[in-house]
Amino acid sequence: MRFERKDLLDLRSLSAEEINLILNTAASFREVLERPIKKVPTLRGKTIANLFFEPSTRTRLSFELSAKRLNADIVNFSSSTSSVLKGESLLDTARNIVAMKVDALVVRHSSPGVSHFLAQKLPVSIINAGDGAHEHPTQGLLDLYSIRERKGNIANLNVAIIGDIAHSRVARSDIWGLNKMGARVRVCGPPTLIPKDIEKLGVELTYSIEEALLDCDVVIMLRIQRERQKVSLVPSLQEYRDFFSLNREKLKLAKPDVLIMHPGPVNRGVEIPAKIADSRQSIILNQVTNGIAVRMAVLYLLLVHSSR
Amino acid sequence: MKIMNLEEIERVLKRLCQKFLSKNENLDGLIVVGIQRRGAVLAERISKLIKDIKGQKVPVGTLDINLYRDDLSRISYQPVIRSTNIPFSIDDKHVLLVDDVLYTGRTVRAALDALLDLGRPKKIELMVLLDRNCRELPIQADYTGKKIILSSDKMVEVKLREVDDREEVVVLKRGEDEI
Repeated sequence: MRFERKDLLDLRSLSAEEINLILNTAASFREVLERPIKKVPTLRGKTIANLFFEPSTRTRLSFELSAKRLNADIVNFSSSTSSVLKGESLLDTARNIVAMKVDALVVRHSSPGVSHFLAQKLPVSIINAGDGAHEHPTQGLLDLYSIRERKGNIANLNVAIIGDIAHSRVARSDIWGLNKMGARVRVCGPPTLIPKDIEKLGVELTYSIEEALLDCDVVIMLRIQRERQKVSLVPSLQEYRDFFSLNREKLKLAKPDVLIMHPGPVNRGVEIPAKIADSRQSIILNQVTNGIAVRMAVLYLLLVHSSR
Repeated sequence: MKIMNLEEIERVLKRLCQKFLSKNENLDGLIVVGIQRRGAVLAERISKLIKDIKGQKVPVGTLDINLYRDDLSRISYQPVIRSTNIPFSIDDKHVLLVDDVLYTGRTVRAALDALLDLGRPKKIELMVLLDRNCRELPIQADYTGKKIILSSDKMVEVKLREVDDREEVVVLKRGEDEI
């Protein structure tokens, strides 16, 4: 099958076949990362711009390295050092960058739908690197990839997503992706951090971490996104930790070979104790490595074509 | 039009192996690398034939050259990236590169670039089941199973039982079914 899309905006609109194609392509790129020379000439002559209107280390660096591993040129834009401060609109900024003959824009913005908006307006490929609390599709894909790499398959696994679901675009992308691949998803967090009607996305909801962990194959921990909370939604970090942090005792409820994941940044000692984050079951750093392979696959699938 | 059947393919592969072994007494440091996809199948068979004749096991790797193609910005389809699997160092090794058909030479050029990104072999030799005319790059095989001359509107298709439902070599007219 072929990947016919111009853009990668969300996992909601991808089919299971398309997700599988991306994951299979990523598996081939994963091998490139183990070579002494971690570079292939595939996207020579292509230019990609990172457009980040929100802070990021991991994602921006990951896209930058992915592009460089494929021999594409990549330029970085961040809103804090740009003409946005002089009053330029989002679309004008993007149009100016496109006028410099780039082939793809990697966009992060605090408002949901910005990538969709730019994808409609601009002829180049748009990759959503996080739009508000909406989606973060490449993180969702690398989570799927990391699970598949360890478990062999995603279908029928019990996956718990625990923490600040309301502000998490990763949770949304994970839910869409996991459901399409046939996993059973549970979400868990304090009621103030669970969005209304979350069950309509096809997940089980529980407010008890013990219930969420029971017979779990994979647990994805999320941090509390304090910077996005306009009012305090948890009484104190101490209280949050008592109810929703992982610990050895609670983990015993999960399957013995449970995988522990986290999209980062990790708040050690809040949602996850340092010992568990660094334990053998934790694949947090594998997720980061796999992120490069997955983003290489996405860039390859979006940019290698001429018919479109 | 069928130009080779299963028996002929097997006979040609055996002859290729004998030719290779007559020129190479010492097999230490030899590795066989097949170009995905049917070259990879042939590489497995070559390694097995060498083992049958000489009793020595030769490591086999597979190489996907799509990331090294020179036409990625021109082709209208999207090549499926298969795995490159060479789980050993190729530094200072004698690499026997195997493919099914040598045609324009562009695949082999890409394979050479891919191999050189993995290390610095002592020597690379090329073995192909079929050599057809219309080269676009100055590349020749060291071991050729069968040479054929075809007009440019024809194409050769190799089918192997490991990945196809049958084993044969056919000549087709471009854009048409079997002739």
